Amino acid sequence: MKQSYQEIVSKNSPKENVFMNAVIAFISGGLMGILGQFLIDGYTVWLDISTKEATVCMLVTLIFLSCLFTSLGFFDKWVNFCKCGLIIPITGFAHATMSAALEFRKEGLVTGIGMNMLKLSGAVIIFGVVSSFVFSLIRMVVGLI
Amino acid sequence: MIYLNAFIFAGIVCALAQVILDTTKLTPGHITVIFVVVGAFLDVFNIYDRLILWAGGGALVPITSFGHNLTHGAIHGYNTEGVLGLLSGTLDLTAAGISAAIIFAFFMSLVFEPKD
Repeated sequence: MKQSYQEIVSKNSPKENVFMNAVIAFISGGLMGILGQFLIDGYTVWLDISTKEATVCMLVTLIFLSCLFTSLGFFDKWVNFCKCGLIIPITGFAHATMSAALEFRKEGLVTGIGMNMLKLSGAVIIFGVVSSFVFSLIRMVVGLI
Repeated sequence: MIYLNAFIFAGIVCALAQVILDTTKLTPGHITVIFVVVGAFLDVFNIYDRLILWAGGGALVPITSFGHNLTHGAIHGYNTEGVLGLLSGTLDLTAAGISAAIIFAFFMSLVFEPKD
């Protein structure tokens, strides 16, 4: 009985269209890449700075736009539609930080925003730092040999 | 030409993440962590630097470049300052991004009401 119920559930639950989702993620992620390259080229010409500084400016711009659109409320709909096309670029990191800050805002400045802001995006920082430490240690040992 | 490369590279990374998300039970949090670790690994033998030369902004926008910058900073710190540089250099290049996200998120959460 239980098994047949599960069969009915799996038959009627909406199937995630893997191919369509991948195409949407490909196009939206690709457009983010083009926007990034466009901003880098633009900042190098307009502000007359090196490519390295323009890269930092580009990342800060994207983070700013992502935070602004999240607080205005319509970035969530975009993320629901594009999924990984917006989660994997740096906008996803800013979106996670911003939505956690908004969500816990009413619990107070320190106990709400301060303690919960990095709730979702903290995993990225922690695993990034730990793995980069391990990998650079490996590189160091390889260099010594 | 670099715009086409940027589109293809960023698109492939995002589509790959989407396929992993749809076919396994991993959450978006797992996926971003996996991509950061992959980016950190690809910098060990300077593979990611070549990808950045090829794809430009397309390789800098995805979260893999976050991991790449972490390892890059740590290795650069080791080369200039020795073993202590491994610790002090790690967040050098990504500090701007992390600080910007925290500062913008803090002030905007004070200004805006959450929309549900």
